[in-house]
Amino acid sequence: MTDKPLTQNIIGFAGHTDFDRYESRGGYAAVRKTVGRTDPDAVLELLKEANLRGRGGAGFPTGMKWSFVPKKEGNGHRYLVANADEMEPGTFKDRLLMEKDPHQLIEGMILSAYTISADVGYIFIRGEYHVAIARLQEAINAAAASGLLGEHILGSAFSFQLHVHVSAGRYICGEETALLNSLEGKRAIPRAKPPFPQVSGLWGRPTIVNNVETLCNVTHIVAHGADWFKSLGLGVDGGTKLFGASGRVARPGCWELPMGTPIREILEEHAGGMAEGYQLKGFLPGGASTDFLTPDHLDIPMEYETVQQAGSRMGTGTMIILDDRSCAVGMIANLAKFFARESCGFCTPCREGLPWVQEVLDRIEAGNGEPDDLDVLERQAQFIGAIGNTHCAHAPGAMEPLTSGLRYFRDEFITHIEGKACPYQREV
Amino acid sequence: MSNIATDNAVDFLTAQEVTEIESEISHLPNRPSAAIDALKIVQSYRGWISDESLNAIAEMLGMSVAELDGIATFYNLIYRQPVGDKVILYCDSVSCWLMDGDVVCEKIKQKLGVDYGGTTADNKYTLLPVTCLGDCDHAPAMMVGDELHHDLTTDNIEGLLS
Repeated sequence: MTDKPLTQNIIGFAGHTDFDRYESRGGYAAVRKTVGRTDPDAVLELLKEANLRGRGGAGFPTGMKWSFVPKKEGNGHRYLVANADEMEPGTFKDRLLMEKDPHQLIEGMILSAYTISADVGYIFIRGEYHVAIARLQEAINAAAASGLLGEHILGSAFSFQLHVHVSAGRYICGEETALLNSLEGKRAIPRAKPPFPQVSGLWGRPTIVNNVETLCNVTHIVAHGADWFKSLGLGVDGGTKLFGASGRVARPGCWELPMGTPIREILEEHAGGMAEGYQLKGFLPGGASTDFLTPDHLDIPMEYETVQQAGSRMGTGTMIILDDRSCAVGMIANLAKFFARESCGFCTPCREGLPWVQEVLDRIEAGNGEPDDLDVLERQAQFIGAIGNTHCAHAPGAMEPLTSGLRYFRDEFITHIEGKACPYQREV
Repeated sequence: MSNIATDNAVDFLTAQEVTEIESEISHLPNRPSAAIDALKIVQSYRGWISDESLNAIAEMLGMSVAELDGIATFYNLIYRQPVGDKVILYCDSVSCWLMDGDVVCEKIKQKLGVDYGGTTADNKYTLLPVTCLGDCDHAPAMMVGDELHHDLTTDNIEGLLS
């Protein structure tokens, strides 16, 4: 049995989208042995036992999330949505899974829909992913032609229609309730919770939204069992994870590795260490909305609890590397600009606070900072970052790199303000 | 622009556009749910969403023009102004910035003679910033029309945008 289930059809095979080839390599066997044969509640118990946690960033236990879906009553729709709106800066893993092995996601969605009794599914994908959109649509057509999607799948009572929804943009669509509003044709504004989507989601019906990588894992857990899945992880959490590194490393890339792989191993063995002439100054472990870590944290295993204990979050698991020749203030200003632009504008601390933070950071970076600016930033970070002041986690997430940046790179901020200039000369 | 769609505004749309929008509506619980799909369909034929297009779609879906404009202006891939033959979506997120993506972008701006939001004099390109394109191991990256280009340098963009 493979120890790299998510990329077994990708690495070394250059990936494939062909239905027959996917099936010849064991594809859709999990659907054939489950749909109409296994009690959906037994599949849910299996997922809980495996302790699969969401791969989109928050790490919420998938089985628990699904268990909040009420028992099926009547004939109203129940929805399953794949969150394929990959837009977290520095994250490039779901595109790989969808472009290179689209059937894996579709199989995971059929099994997930069967478990929660969903009859309609959507793959909510960002509009820029043209290749993935075409391959997913082709794969859906092939699966439907083989009786794996549509009415009475494999002759069972279970029916599941799967659609690709191509988004019209905006980062906030990745927030699951904003995504649902967007699927309903509205502005992508996150909803206040409760009610949670499991109870009242798309068009007020029970809905589960999961990340692409999470849904891909379901296929393999159903195929090989919970014990096998748990044995793949090196620490507390089971399974593998697509880890990545971007920035000035020797070999930027994305690799499927055991959950709990030490950060040092990912950066030194897989990414080949830093690029020649560059030193590691810090890194964001899992996307733009995670706190900075430093070279002191290299021996931490990449899994949810350990990274959290170090003061950050594993997030999407794709690391963004800050090198010694790049300006920490400039990097944080770039992140602030992104968060300010992508705020949906509904909650005041986010709409008004993020542009203020961006303005102060831009001023410092341009050499016009004042000594009071650090106090302003810290005060803002405290208010904007407080959980509960906003409907969603956009604003608190935006404050994670700022708060940690002020802690680890405070001397750089002071150098900018006292020297009235950015000390980093970039080669043009 | 009036806030209320005028009668027969829908006549502005082609039969093909109406057919495609109705097809989207057919599998949705109500007509306004097709708003984003309808905007994308009309934009695919016309390149952008004019006030006339907005009026027509609003009437077709039974929405106020203001509500539909609120949706149209929310999404960065819906254009409420004319754009060039190809839209350049240039990634200005952090991984590309760390790989000097902002330096490359300055070169593109100089070469095309436009800033973000601008369209070249020959109407060939419109330059817009975009959030992370998910190609960070080959940063800097940009889309030109439907095509992704990566590992950009101040040198290789010359050939890409000639």
